[in-house]
Amino acid sequence: MAHSFSIILGRLVQGLASLRGGGSALPGLVVEKVEPSFAASILNKLPAGVVLVSGTNGKTTTTKAISELLTGLGLKVFTNNTGSNFMRGVISALLRQVSLSGSLDADIAVLELDEAHAVSFSEIIRPRYTLLLNVMRDQLDRFGEIDYTARLLTAVARNTSTVVIINREDSRLAAIAQEANLDATVRWFGVANNLQSLLPNDDALYNGLELPSDTSHDDALLHAAPRDDDVLGSSPRVGHQAHNGAQTLDKAGQGQGKDNARALNIANNLNNTSHTVILSALTGSHASFELEGRHYSTKLALEGIYNVVNAAAALATVHAIVPQAPVDELVVALGRVRSAFGRGEVLEVQGRPLKLILVKNPGGFRLALKAHPAAGVLTMIAINDDYADGRDMSWLYDVGFQSLQAEGVAVVSGVRAFDMALRLCYDDVECATVLPNLSEALDELLAQKDNKPAHIYCTYTAMLRLRRLLAAKTDVPQVR
Amino acid sequence: MVRNLPVGTRLRILNLYPRQMNIYGDFGNLLVLRQRAGWRGISTEVTHFETDASLKQLRNTDIILGGGGQDSGQAAVQKDMQRIARPLRNLVSAGCPALLVCGSYQLFGNYFKTFEGDVVEGIGIFNLHTLGGPERMIGNTVVNSPDFGELIGYENHSGKTYLGAGLEPLGRVITGSGNNGLDGSEGVRLNNALGTYLHGPLLPKNPQVADFLLASALSRKLDRTIELPPLDNALTLQARAVAKSRPRYRLKLLSTLPFSKNPSHRSYHSRAVSSVAWLALWGTGLLGFLGLLGKLSDV
Repeated sequence: MAHSFSIILGRLVQGLASLRGGGSALPGLVVEKVEPSFAASILNKLPAGVVLVSGTNGKTTTTKAISELLTGLGLKVFTNNTGSNFMRGVISALLRQVSLSGSLDADIAVLELDEAHAVSFSEIIRPRYTLLLNVMRDQLDRFGEIDYTARLLTAVARNTSTVVIINREDSRLAAIAQEANLDATVRWFGVANNLQSLLPNDDALYNGLELPSDTSHDDALLHAAPRDDDVLGSSPRVGHQAHNGAQTLDKAGQGQGKDNARALNIANNLNNTSHTVILSALTGSHASFELEGRHYSTKLALEGIYNVVNAAAALATVHAIVPQAPVDELVVALGRVRSAFGRGEVLEVQGRPLKLILVKNPGGFRLALKAHPAAGVLTMIAINDDYADGRDMSWLYDVGFQSLQAEGVAVVSGVRAFDMALRLCYDDVECATVLPNLSEALDELLAQKDNKPAHIYCTYTAMLRLRRLLAAKTDVPQVR
Repeated sequence: MVRNLPVGTRLRILNLYPRQMNIYGDFGNLLVLRQRAGWRGISTEVTHFETDASLKQLRNTDIILGGGGQDSGQAAVQKDMQRIARPLRNLVSAGCPALLVCGSYQLFGNYFKTFEGDVVEGIGIFNLHTLGGPERMIGNTVVNSPDFGELIGYENHSGKTYLGAGLEPLGRVITGSGNNGLDGSEGVRLNNALGTYLHGPLLPKNPQVADFLLASALSRKLDRTIELPPLDNALTLQARAVAKSRPRYRLKLLSTLPFSKNPSHRSYHSRAVSSVAWLALWGTGLLGFLGLLGKLSDV
C-alpha cells in the first residue's frame, strides 16, 4: 500500500492531462517529484529484470520489436511505448499498469531511455540487459558533444549486470567493450561489409553532403575531399581494433588476481564473436540475418536500412535474454513487427495515404529521406523547436535535401517553418507554401488536387500535434 | 550579376579541417557562401584542408572558413594548425576575409586553458585567450554589431573568451552569453577576419555577413571596390523574426516552479516543500477545473 498515494495522485493528473488531450509525461513527472523511489521499488521486483534500450536513433521502434518478440515467447512485458523516454515517461507508463497496491503484473520490463536519463535510471534500477544502438549528432544543445553522449552510454553499460548488446559498427560505442569496469558480458550486432555504405556513422556524416549542382561551381576540389568510403576505410574497423586491443591486454594481463580477471574479461568481450547478429543481406524488404554461422531470411514490414539494423539489434537482444528460443521463429516474428507510431506510420485521410516520418537529428533525417523516395509523392516538412525537439536549428544544415529537388516540397510548417524553407532554398528545392500553423498546413496539404500519397517529415512535438489533428479526420491508433 | 567581372573570376574558399571541425551545421556557412556567389554568377571552389595536407593548398585563398569542433577534434587539429599559422596570419593581415566559428575562433587566439588546467596553444592571430568553464553557455543568441547590425545565432560553448588589448568585438550581446558571459562582448573582428561563437549556422540567417565576406574577397582579388547586387531576402527576414521570438533555451517558468533540476542534490526538507507545492498547484487546478465544470452545467 506504500505507493497508493502516489498512484492515486498520478492517476488524477493523468485524468486531467487526458482531458486537455495529451501530456504523456506529466503524471510521471508529478509522481517522480513526490516519490522519487516509486519506479525503482516496482521495477526491481520483476522476476526477469529490466532491459534498457538507448542510443540516438531507433529506440522506440527497437523497444517495440523486443517487446513484441518477448511477448510472442510468452513473457508478460511491461514497456514505455509512448516514446516518452525520460524517467517520468516510465513512471507514467507504470501508473497505467500497476494495481493500487503498487504491484505490476509483468515478468520483464523493456524500456527505452534517452541517453542522459538512461544514466540516472541505471543508477537506481540496475538493468540486467542493455542495448546500445548508436551515437549520432543529436540535441547537442542538451548534450554538448557526441563524445559526451558516448560517455553517458558507457556509464549505462557499467551499471548493467548481465549482458550489454552493442552496435559493432559504431566506433564510439564499440570502445565500451574495452572498459575495465564492466560486469556485463558484451555481445554485438552489426552489418556485413558489403552493406556498410548504406549505413552512415556520425563521422561519415559531414562529407556525405553534396552541394547543389550548379555549373558555375567547380567541384573538382570538392571531389578530391575524402568521400564516405575513405572515412570508413581509414577509421579502424572494430574488428581490427578489437584484435589489437586483445593482444595488448594479453600482455598486460600477466598481473595477478582481480586485474588479471578483468583483463581476461575485456579480452573475452573483444574477441567474443559468438552470438553476434549480422545483417548479411538486404534486397528490397527481404533481409537475411546471420547468427552462429546460420542465415535466417525474412520479409520485413519495417522500412528503411536503419530499421532493418534495429531489427538485428532486437534479435541480438532477445537472443541474449532467451537463448533457448528458436531463432527461426524469432525471425518470422521480427518480420511482422511494424514501426512505432509516427515513425513511418501510414494513416489514410480522404482517400490519401499520409506517411508520418519522425525526424529528430541529421542522421535520422538523412536516412529517412533515403528510405522514403520522393518520386510521385507530396512532401510536407514540419519543424518545431520546443525543448523535446531541440532549440538549435543548426542540425538542418547537416542534412542534404537534393533528393527533393525534382518534386519540390508542397508545404513547410511548424514553429521554425521559415528556417526550414530557407534551408530548402539554399539546396535549390522549391517550396510551394510556408504555413507555420500545423492545422492550416495539414489542410493545405489535403487540399492538393491529385490524390498523391504524402510524406510528412516532422519533429517530435510536431508529430504529436499532427496525430491529434489527424485524429479529427481519420482513425488514428491511440498510443497509451 | 556583378558588373565588369573578369571572365573566369573564381573565389577560392579554404575550409579548415572539416573532418574534425564541423560540428552541427557548420557546413551551412560554406553552402551559403557558394550559393550566394553562384546566384550572382561568381564561381567558387573549395579546398577542404585536413591535417597533414600540403601547404600548397593554401595558395590563392580568397576566403577562410573554420567551424566548431568537439574537444577531441580541437586537440587533433591544434598541432597541425601551428604549421599553417604563418600563412594564415599573412592572409588575415592582407585583408583576406575569414569566418572562424567556436572552436576555430578559439584556436585563432593565443591559447585555450581547459577547465582541468591543460593549455592548448592557439596560433595567436587574434590577441585573445579562452578559459574552459564548468558550465556550457547554450541557447538562442542575439547580438548587436556595429558593422553588421543585428546578428542572430545559437551559441553552445563552455570556453570563456577574453579579448586582449586593441581588439574590437564583433558586437554586443542583447540576448545570450557571448564571449564570456561577463563583459557583454561577442566575437571579434580583426581586418576582415571575424571570430564568433554563433552557430545556427551564422550565415543563412545573417546573409549580410556572407555578402561582406564575398564582397571583401572580390574587392581584394580585383583590387577595386565591388558591390554585390541584392538578393531576395523575404524568407531570411521571416526566419530571423521567428528565431528572435523563441526562448533562449528552455522556458524560464519551468525552472522557477517547485521542481529543481537536480533532485539528488535536494534535501529532504526541500523535497517535502516541493511536494506540498505540487499538491497545492494541482489541487488549485483541480478545484478550478471542477468549478468550471459546475459553471458549464449551470448554463
